[in-house]
Amino acid sequence: MLTAKFCAVWKEAKVLQWKAKVEVTLKKAVLDPQGAAVENSLRALGYDHIKQVRVGKYIELTLDAPGREEASARVEEMSRRLLSNPIIEDFSYTLQEAGA
Amino acid sequence: MKFGVIVFPGSNCDLDAYYLVRDVLKKPVEYIYYNQGSIGQNDVIILPGGFTYGDYLRSGAIARFSPVMSAVADFAERGGIVLGICNGFQVLTEAGLLPGALYRNNHLQFRCEQVYVRIENDSLPLTCATSKGDLLKMPVAHGDGNYYASPELLRELEENKQIVFRYSGQDGSVTAEANPNGSTGNIAGVCNRRGNVTGLMPHPERAGESILGSEDGLVIFNSIISYLENREVV
Repeated sequence: MLTAKFCAVWKEAKVLQWKAKVEVTLKKAVLDPQGAAVENSLRALGYDHIKQVRVGKYIELTLDAPGREEASARVEEMSRRLLSNPIIEDFSYTLQEAGA
Repeated sequence: MKFGVIVFPGSNCDLDAYYLVRDVLKKPVEYIYYNQGSIGQNDVIILPGGFTYGDYLRSGAIARFSPVMSAVADFAERGGIVLGICNGFQVLTEAGLLPGALYRNNHLQFRCEQVYVRIENDSLPLTCATSKGDLLKMPVAHGDGNYYASPELLRELEENKQIVFRYSGQDGSVTAEANPNGSTGNIAGVCNRRGNVTGLMPHPERAGESILGSEDGLVIFNSIISYLENREVV
């Protein structure tokens, strides 16, 4: 009984570390001047097969959270509030337990 | 009547705005720092140009979470006059106090030049001394001034007369050549629905004395002053 209670408390307090890889890209409808410049440059280098280039941002976050669900919720909130501007950008992310 | 100029880390047109109000307009003005919780007893709040927080992530993205911005949002909610210039405009769009978004100029160049803007709405606190179609010559100096509005938002802005300034030629024609950054519909400045919060990319505070090449920016500040004086009388 005592052990079970201890386990529950210990589990509650246990904090895992997570690594999130967030990608922020301009929405399809938004012109990407940087992508266009890189595309032109690649063509100038002779890569005629290039169809399109889009430039985005890659952001790595290391964070504490008791479980995957909480970690995911935190990453989403941060991505929506600060890392991306929902008017012009979309975001996606992957989440991994750090050290796992 | 008192003006407040917000100073964020990385603001660099704060002194220009402060100088114009104090030395050209001869009105009381004070600096308000980004970490203050209040904006004091001011009638007009100016968010100046610059590169707040190094423009990291996106222009204005970090500054919008400065402590002072909650006070600015409350002031706007109460109907206070808020003017965002250049980076200040970017901070206001990031904060959601103005519609749309500003991002990288379509040609990727930093543009530093004199432009003309045409007045599209002359019944706002900061355009009431102008007439629709008037042209103002003012400098721009930005790399992220490309105003983006989706087709739906653009329709909404037009219906609600929220487009305040459009880049135009010297003859008032709104053309692609007159557009310095690729902005949707040549939009150089917009306001919120209520009309008390306005942002623009050109710098009216740097067009307040003939020695600077133009005095056209003064009409914006004189509009605000006459709007406030008339309101005070009422």
